[in-house]
Amino acid sequence: MREEMDSGKSKKMVFVTVGTTCFDALVKAVDSPQVRHELWSKGYTHLVIQMGRGSHFPSKFSGEDGSLAVDYFTFSPSIADYLKSASLIISHAGSGSIFETLRLGKPLIVVVNEDLMDNHQRELAEELADKKHLFCASPQTLHQIINGMNLDSLVPYPPGDSVPVAKLINSFFSFPDN
Amino acid sequence: MEEYLEAGFPKLVALLVAIIISLIAIRLTYVLLRCGKPFVVPPERVSTMIVLGSGGHTAEMLSIVNVLNKERFSPRFYVAAATDNMSLQKAQVLEQSLLHQGKGNAEAAQFMQIYRSREVGQSYITSIGTSLIAIAHAIWFILKIRPQVIICNGPGTCIPLCVAAFMFKVVGLRWSSIFYIESIARVRKLSLSGLLLYKLHLTDQFVVQWPQLQSKYPQSQYVGRIM
Repeated sequence: MREEMDSGKSKKMVFVTVGTTCFDALVKAVDSPQVRHELWSKGYTHLVIQMGRGSHFPSKFSGEDGSLAVDYFTFSPSIADYLKSASLIISHAGSGSIFETLRLGKPLIVVVNEDLMDNHQRELAEELADKKHLFCASPQTLHQIINGMNLDSLVPYPPGDSVPVAKLINSFFSFPDN
Repeated sequence: MEEYLEAGFPKLVALLVAIIISLIAIRLTYVLLRCGKPFVVPPERVSTMIVLGSGGHTAEMLSIVNVLNKERFSPRFYVAAATDNMSLQKAQVLEQSLLHQGKGNAEAAQFMQIYRSREVGQSYITSIGTSLIAIAHAIWFILKIRPQVIICNGPGTCIPLCVAAFMFKVVGLRWSSIFYIESIARVRKLSLSGLLLYKLHLTDQFVVQWPQLQSKYPQSQYVGRIM
């Protein structure tokens, strides 16, 4: 059953997450009229921002006037429910967030935090973007990526398996496999 | 007589030092050669130290522990940094669910915290002091637990522990087999922890999760991605 909005659009939620980090640049980018407009044009009706330890508080919008409804919170013990009900996820480049989202088969835009030292997170985001499992953006290019994205071009991520590593350790001790 | 001793004493000391260094070198060579060699006779079970780290590290580590044979890798000791509150909780949840499934055994898992060498953003001067404390704490842990297996995947907390364990190997106090699984987030370059352990040959098995890394570091193993 699809929830109908006044505008005749069914509910489609975009969930933004920064995990346990502080990523004001992303929160600000999502909070901008540009990005909100792009999301609305693409058919999204709700934007929920998990802002973590950031100091920039986004503006809330009720969406009653036929625009994107925006809400935010800082932390939640588990964001799994938000991920499951979202139609699009925009996430910081932490591997935990990335793989939790990919396992659910949800479209994902990963935004790399350029302020982090060494920034090894970029490697993972770029590798997965190369393989078309997700889109990669910076806070500055986010609205362009949303504008140009084609969700059908995404390739499902084949889930990993920790059993081969366990078997490797097992065989080191000549333990029989379970 | 005394003159002769005085003349000979420094030479005697030098000789002793040379002998000790040679013995250590021989022992070190033996340890490095034996490292990485599988056990022909399986031990009944092996005490296992599992090093947890913030964020993705713990998630990856627990996904490995989840599929390990719990009777063979027992008892289990989980170690996290003193400032990390979430990781041990997650490990406790896993161990409790094992008990509920009836897969637990009499020896309960233990959970402990270790001092960090350096907090994010800490000045490098004070880091020297805290690193020394961390190393001392690590030596204490290894001395107390003497794990037969150490599994880690990259957080800074694992370096003092792996170095301490390796020292114990050389000294002959306990042979700890060290398994390092580089985080899935490392695609083209190793983490600092990984690089140190790889270059110093401190691990028995060094696992990477991307084929590019395996090509770059040929002594590593690639068995797919775990996430």
